[in-house]
Amino acid sequence: MPAPNSNFKERALAAFATVASTPGSKKPDPIIVADKVTRRFGGLTAVNVDHVEIQRGSITALIGPNGAGKTTFFNLLTGFDSVDEGSWTLNGEVISGTSPHKVARKGMVRTFQLTKALFRLSVIDNMRLAATNQRGESFIRGLFPFIWKKQEEAITSQAEELLTRFKLIDKRDDFAAALSGGQRKLLEMARALMVKPEIVMLDEPMAGVNPALKQSLLGHIKDLREEGMTVLFVEHDMDMVRDISDWVIVMAEGKIVAEGTPDSVMGNQAVIDAYLGAHHDVSLDEGR
Amino acid sequence: MDFLFITQQSLSAAIGVNTIIFALAAIGLNMHFGYTGLLNFGQAGFLAVGAYSVAVAVVSYNISLWIALLIGIGNSIILALLLGIPTLRLRADYLAIVTIAASEIIRQVARSATFNKTLGGSDGITGKFGKEFFDLNPFTAGLDLPFLRFTPNDLWVVVVGWVLVAIILLLMWLLVNSPWGRLLKAIREDEDAVRSLGKNVYLYKIQSLIAGGVIGSIGGFVYALSRQSVQPDNYGTALTFFAYTVLILGGAARVMAPIAGAIIFWFLLVFVEQMLRQAVSAGYIPEWLIGVNQVGQIRFMLVGLGLMLLMIFRPQGIFGDRKELALDARA
Ligand SMILES: Nc1ncnc2c1ncn2[C@@H]1O[C@H](COP(=O)(O)OP(=O)(O)O)[C@@H](O)[C@H]1O
Ligand SMILES: [Mg+2]
Repeated sequence: MPAPNSNFKERALAAFATVASTPGSKKPDPIIVADKVTRRFGGLTAVNVDHVEIQRGSITALIGPNGAGKTTFFNLLTGFDSVDEGSWTLNGEVISGTSPHKVARKGMVRTFQLTKALFRLSVIDNMRLAATNQRGESFIRGLFPFIWKKQEEAITSQAEELLTRFKLIDKRDDFAAALSGGQRKLLEMARALMVKPEIVMLDEPMAGVNPALKQSLLGHIKDLREEGMTVLFVEHDMDMVRDISDWVIVMAEGKIVAEGTPDSVMGNQAVIDAYLGAHHDVSLDEGR
Repeated sequence: MDFLFITQQSLSAAIGVNTIIFALAAIGLNMHFGYTGLLNFGQAGFLAVGAYSVAVAVVSYNISLWIALLIGIGNSIILALLLGIPTLRLRADYLAIVTIAASEIIRQVARSATFNKTLGGSDGITGKFGKEFFDLNPFTAGLDLPFLRFTPNDLWVVVVGWVLVAIILLLMWLLVNSPWGRLLKAIREDEDAVRSLGKNVYLYKIQSLIAGGVIGSIGGFVYALSRQSVQPDNYGTALTFFAYTVLILGGAARVMAPIAGAIIFWFLLVFVEQMLRQAVSAGYIPEWLIGVNQVGQIRFMLVGLGLMLLMIFRPQGIFGDRKELALDARA
């Protein structure tokens, strides 16, 4: 794994060589560009992002203290919540105001901070469900198995491949509810890949996952970059962030307060202030 | 006590017209509630729309019965759209409130004096609107076996009714085992997860509401044709809740469940009633305890008690899987 991995890592890092470590800095090849994104809940401004760009083919971490607005920002970008102001583009196309399912079809697929496994569906059905353009999803064509059976077989073998890769193949026919918390996170990520996304947005993929599974999740996230996907993920554990991300964006109180490579961000005064402002007793190296 | 008569009455009810009507109502609810998680508390409204469409079209407008049936299906699709379009984007409870209100509105409009001429007011509509259907009846004699008894017309309704039920169940089975059905089940589990995977949840919820509603309105056709009359108060909320009882008795999200549920429900209802009736008239139950006129109510109490016991000891219903039911607790 290390050899090809480091190649992709190097290429991703090279792309950032010329990027300024300032909030809202321009990227050479942005997949997402967002402007003036604002979301208020009553008197609270949960998100107030002036400008942000996400570099294609990279792993970008979105960090920040609890309540910084990271999940809300994800919800906005993916259409699950609507903005008060602002707009953003995916591959140059304006997608603000687009409904969630259309955002997903355009290639931006997210997971949830609170895992959403479909409990009373089997693991394999969780996976199959996510495949796109299924003929049998139409009411009329659904009635005629011969129309969709072939495609279903192809989808199933694709799903089984992913399940094998994510070490869930033994659970193939179990209800998703029977999985452990960490396995559900794996399933949710594998399921998102069935959509064949261009960009994957992971909201706290490691939360509540035991250390052994964490390592394999890390590996899977790196693999996504290797396959040409862009990853934007929220994470608290700074070691994880340092290990896998090419670029880090820091949010605090709804705003982007810092950007940069993992190492530069961790020495940044604005970041230390953001974290210390929120929890006086938490150091950035927490979670070792 | 005439046990042969009691058996004959109970068995005839178990496979009779009412069982077919409630099975159809519950199959529709199974689509809504069992597979999609939609809380439709207005299934009676769909049956009413089916029944009234047929009666009104034939009696008041002299339209052929066969066209009237198509109108009934069209009307139930319109009702599903009216109920679904404004509510299915909102939280699940909105649909519940709107459907229960809508079904009561339908009943109140049907029995209102204002539309007495076309809808028949509180007396409903009675007439030979099933003539075209009964003209096709091949049975000249009824069925009169020691344990089963149907008039020729009932026999015809029962035979056609069960064939219809069988066809609808086959379609249902095909649907719920297709990718379309998988989508419905996924929506039942978590809508947002399904949206995040690029599926238009709203569209599928509307399709489910329409499909289950149309099946319910077919139950309404059977209700109207079997009696050649429609009465507004037959389509109250009790009908909806009995249909839920039938569904849960059989086990939600099982294709065959509504059949088993409806058969057991009607068998028990008639069996308990006949037993009580005979016991009272034979003097086994003293008059001061239960009078002949109270049997109708008491049978519901006893059947209700039986259902409560069933739910305590077998909450998943006849066909359900207890382990699967437990998953609902979000372990
Ligand atoms: N639906 C909501 N209604 C009201 N306030 C909300 C809602 N969602 C989030 N918030 C508030 O917005 C802020 C940002 O929350 P969130 O995006 O979940 O933060 P993070 O994911 O960074 O921990 C918090 O103060 C939170 O309480
Ligand atoms: Mg969050």
